[in-house]
Amino acid sequence: MSGWIYTRYELLRAFRARRFFIFSLGFPVVLFFVIAGPNRKVHNFDRLGVSLPLYYMVSLASFGTMMAMISSGARIAGERQAGWTRQLRITPLSVRAYFRAKVLTSYAMAITSLVLLYIAGVSLGVSLPAHSWLAMTGLILVGLLPFAALGITLGHLMTVESIGPITGGTVSLLAIVSGTWFPITSGFVHDLGQCLPSYWLVQAGRAAITGHAWGVRGWVVIAAWTVALTALAGLAYRRDTGRV
Amino acid sequence: MSAEIQLEGLVKSFRGPQGPVAAVRGIDVSIAAGETVALLGPNGAGKSTTIDMMLGLTRPDSGSVSLFGRSPGESVAAGAVGAMLQTGALIRDLSVRELITMVAALYRHPMDVEEVITLAGLEEAAPRRTQKLSGGQTQRVRFAVALVSDPDLLVLDEPTVSMDVEGRRDFWTAMRAYAARGKTVIFATHYLEEADANADRAVLMARGRIVADGPTTEIKARVGSKTIRATLSDVEVAELATLPGVAAAERHGDSVILRCSDSDGAIRALLERHPSARDIEITGAGLEEAFLELTGDESEDAEDGASAGSPR
Repeated sequence: MSGWIYTRYELLRAFRARRFFIFSLGFPVVLFFVIAGPNRKVHNFDRLGVSLPLYYMVSLASFGTMMAMISSGARIAGERQAGWTRQLRITPLSVRAYFRAKVLTSYAMAITSLVLLYIAGVSLGVSLPAHSWLAMTGLILVGLLPFAALGITLGHLMTVESIGPITGGTVSLLAIVSGTWFPITSGFVHDLGQCLPSYWLVQAGRAAITGHAWGVRGWVVIAAWTVALTALAGLAYRRDTGRV
Repeated sequence: MSAEIQLEGLVKSFRGPQGPVAAVRGIDVSIAAGETVALLGPNGAGKSTTIDMMLGLTRPDSGSVSLFGRSPGESVAAGAVGAMLQTGALIRDLSVRELITMVAALYRHPMDVEEVITLAGLEEAAPRRTQKLSGGQTQRVRFAVALVSDPDLLVLDEPTVSMDVEGRRDFWTAMRAYAARGKTVIFATHYLEEADANADRAVLMARGRIVADGPTTEIKARVGSKTIRATLSDVEVAELATLPGVAAAERHGDSVILRCSDSDGAIRALLERHPSARDIEITGAGLEEAFLELTGDESEDAEDGASAGSPR
């Protein structure tokens, strides 16, 4: 299928953009070693009953994958600036195939980020039963869906100059509010966090820690954000390209 | 000849800081299959807007476009149209060959990638990354991207921008080779010479309208006229007007102005018969001036409330 060859080259491009690639995938790994390296002997972090390396492997997995997904926005903004998006519009590439390529490329980046963090975690003594690895990975992949749409939305709304600060700021803020860096168990921030998809992304990782997956609320929040942001991505794309 | 490409009553305005700006104000053109047509006009004439509407990238305020009996969108989906847009860079991190292969994969019946590379003169550049090409090479890759679907209609919007002289020559040779396959080619340019050398027909645009449409030879004669100015006293204007190649003559004090249909012939005759002529200046009417002359009545524009062009 034609769309698939297009997707393949999109992937090739993403993995060849070395500086971008190393920075956005390497950053969470480096951060993990900086935080967890000196504290690898902390077996009961914050009295949560899990080791500190496990806690931060999970945290940075949600942070890194979120970053990897949203980074598709920077690629889209670059293509728009180059006039490539307009060039594509005079090919038979369907909007659906275009979005599919973008989403799959984002997921490829996110999965790479995830695998690197798992390897980093294991190297610092993290060990989990197979079903926990699988449950955590599965939930993270589902929890990333809204972020795939968010990346596309930002890519079609922002310029190359503004998208870096915007995505960096968004991810940092979401990470804090969602309890990525330190556990938030009560108060306003906790209540706010529960309405955000990034919170549940962090909770996806916690499935490996506590054995509890999302409740109904988690699924509803992720589904609602996915629907809303996908609609927004469609709007942003149409507004950007004048396509009806 | 059947009209394969039909633009009817195209109108398009854009929002400007001082209200709407009319970019295209009623364009009607019919182009037959196999024709090579130059869309000729100064900057701001509405060429790119017309092309964008032809390709379905911009929706006209009114009017319609039909390409081979279909809408632009349907023709694009069928792979019948290829275009090199006015602005555009290439995406990074792919080799030239990979990029062309990627675009070829979007079409059901693309041209062979190696054939396109040869046609666009990219043999040497093919293994190189797209971000490491010269301006001229980039333009040739964009040409290859436009060609790869083997389109029936090829649209080129000022394709030779940022090419050197040699690059331009090679480019037009490649374009003519493609047109020779019986393809329809429409290109926009503001160089009369490019239109003259590479098109069968020129459509002149100025301020959003068509001001002339005909064989390039005819158009060239209309807008390519030159003017000779010289200081020459004691010669009757009527006598000067009879010189070969001179269409009209006028006198301003000691200086005479000769409007020429053939400036080469006129200058030879002038110097032979009136060797005392001095301070001789030959100027080609700029395309823009020629167009302004052709558009004639400017009061009409004022009534339209258009901001393009200043009233006299």
